[in-house]
Amino acid sequence: MEKICMPPKRIEEIRAICREHGNDAGELINILHAVQNKLGYLPREVQELIAMELGIPVSKVYGVVTFYSFFTMTPKGKYPVSVCMGTACYVRGGEKVLEEFKRQLGIDVGGTTPDGLFSLDSLRCVGACGLAPVVMVGQKVFGRLAPADVKGIIDEFVALERGA
Amino acid sequence: METVKLTIDGRHVEVEKGMNLVEAAASIGVKIPTLCYMNLHGLGYGNGPGACRICVVEVEGRKTLAPACKTSCTEGMVVRTHTPRVVNARRTVMELILSNHPKDCLVCPKNGHCELQELACSLGIREVKYDGEVTSFPKDMSLSIVRDMDKCIMCRRCESACNELQTVGVLSAAGRGFHAVMGTPFGESLQDTGCVNCGQCVAVCPTGALSENSNMADVLRVLADPAKKVVVQTAPAVRAALGEEFGLGGQSVTGRMTAALRRLGFDYVFDTDFAADLTIMEEGTELLGRLKAYLDGDRSVKLPLMTSCCPGWVSFVEKNFPEAEDYLSTAKSPQQMFGAVAKSYFASKLGIDRCDLVVVSVMPCVAKKSEAARSEFSHDGDPDVNIVLTTRELAQLIRQFNIDFTSLPEENFDMPLGVSTGAGVIFGVTGGVIEAAVRTAYEVYTGRKLDRIDFTELRGTDGIRSATVDFNGVPINIGIAHTLGNARKLVKEVVAGTSPYHAIEVMACPGGCIGGGGQPYHRGDASLLAMRATALYGEDADKNLRKSHENPYVQQLYDEFLGEPCGHLAHELLHTSYYDRKPVVEECIYSIKNNG
Repeated sequence: MEKICMPPKRIEEIRAICREHGNDAGELINILHAVQNKLGYLPREVQELIAMELGIPVSKVYGVVTFYSFFTMTPKGKYPVSVCMGTACYVRGGEKVLEEFKRQLGIDVGGTTPDGLFSLDSLRCVGACGLAPVVMVGQKVFGRLAPADVKGIIDEFVALERGA
Repeated sequence: METVKLTIDGRHVEVEKGMNLVEAAASIGVKIPTLCYMNLHGLGYGNGPGACRICVVEVEGRKTLAPACKTSCTEGMVVRTHTPRVVNARRTVMELILSNHPKDCLVCPKNGHCELQELACSLGIREVKYDGEVTSFPKDMSLSIVRDMDKCIMCRRCESACNELQTVGVLSAAGRGFHAVMGTPFGESLQDTGCVNCGQCVAVCPTGALSENSNMADVLRVLADPAKKVVVQTAPAVRAALGEEFGLGGQSVTGRMTAALRRLGFDYVFDTDFAADLTIMEEGTELLGRLKAYLDGDRSVKLPLMTSCCPGWVSFVEKNFPEAEDYLSTAKSPQQMFGAVAKSYFASKLGIDRCDLVVVSVMPCVAKKSEAARSEFSHDGDPDVNIVLTTRELAQLIRQFNIDFTSLPEENFDMPLGVSTGAGVIFGVTGGVIEAAVRTAYEVYTGRKLDRIDFTELRGTDGIRSATVDFNGVPINIGIAHTLGNARKLVKEVVAGTSPYHAIEVMACPGGCIGGGGQPYHRGDASLLAMRATALYGEDADKNLRKSHENPYVQQLYDEFLGEPCGHLAHELLHTSYYDRKPVVEECIYSIKNNG
């Protein structure tokens, strides 16, 4: 038999979420949302457990996770950076801001810094086009950015982390 | 049945309401080309994502072309299937598909049997005007199946086969857009997934994306080795389909197949049907043993007895329902029984070491390649069955040797492992194994001759069938399933303790082995399966001996060598055990790791 290893607490957390959704395969996307909210990402073991709980093939779960860009199999940083690439942000230099984040953090889109502090993603439109180009770090919104502002934003969170 | 009237290419046609245009056109002999579309009539299973757009047609009143496979017939519809506009559109679609498809047709495993190639040919594509990004994925290979996703056109037939027909759930689209791929979970090798190697994905794949792991070169190597005695066994279903490769569809080509195998240079041409008769002796004895114990009041006995001939099914139980393993007959499959007998009884008859005897199988199946490689089917590292070929690979070898198959004489199998009864022949079709078992079990149990040999109530094409056979006042309930999706329903009942049956036969492929993953590609054509079934039942009816226990060479094998059915030596050579291969979640300490 093939063994899937997980700590007991995590197994219970995931099972509880599946139960809250009635172990219903039709609720897969909602379950994945809830589990990702809790764990920050959806690693392989977690997908296998969800598949078992819902009685569906793990290929289905994996298919959904890889289809929707919201889901991730990589752990997010403590401060997830999302750079808007919507039309307004893009034409006002969002891409240059994104490039600067990549350079400063030394990671690509979808990556996480080795210290687990920052992860980088691009997204389409946060609904704040008046502030374009826009970057979100966690729930905090930064607007009208230029590449020169990037280092300051990163430093702000590094300082916050040192203070904590 | 509610019907609608419409016009296709100027001809009036009346069809069932809701029928799609591909089927409606086919009903009046008009072929609309398709790629992704597939309809396995009678099994309630098909594939029609409307993904490829090759089947577009003109429908009067519609501005755009309509995909015929996704367009239902409506009253008064006027359809044109082959206008210049339609043909131009199809050519464009084809060129777009080909712009992201390798052009190595000359060395592709599907060369000459590729639907994409046929269609490109019939559309007269001479150049691909579109030059763009090309996807590239790592190749993957199990003992049975080779995956080359660069050749995938995302028709999703394999996904339907794997998920809907078989409920195995390994192949599924991952990713999105241009980079989407028909993949395994987490991009694992098929070998490490829940894949049971049934090969139905291969049977329906229109391109070279999925093919069998070929062993033709291995066979040529041993045939060229003068130090080896090479014997070949041919499974029942092979003879019902091999002819299709040479324009002899719809008939059993046993005699010609035997002649061809001799011309390929095999030293002995034997028949898996012999081993099928042997299987009935063992499995039938096991069934009667369990039944007698049950009727004597032993409630711990495992009933229903589930057949174990089909390696896809056995693997399916091991990976999904290990709690039902004890219900599987411990009898090895005919392929493996043959191997075990050839490497012991026959090798000693020849006076040679088992390692100097090479056993080659020709099977309608790709799972048999994996079955032969199971370690429990080896003796000191020497496998009982050395090499497994599919029906398709045999046809290929026959072509390589330029053997004119159609003009071959009909020859007989060699003795002693080439003699079989009609019961062995029908092993290749759904219901056949259990019918063979009933023919023998009835006579052994009741001590009476059967009045009629044909148990037509066990035949047919319904996915799940059941029948009750009267054993001298004792009603024996029999369940039959073909395709693993149907088998799943029966095994669930077994696990739940609600199964009404005493015996269950399962074959993983549609129609049984005749629709196997190693046969000429059925591509969802159920009429092909019906033809093959008819061929096997015909061969059975023509046999003088039709009950396994009447096979004189099987009797001789027991007298000279094995002793009693299910006796000590029989157990050692002809029975096996199963393993729990189901994934489980285990609580353990584990640190968060990056799965990238």
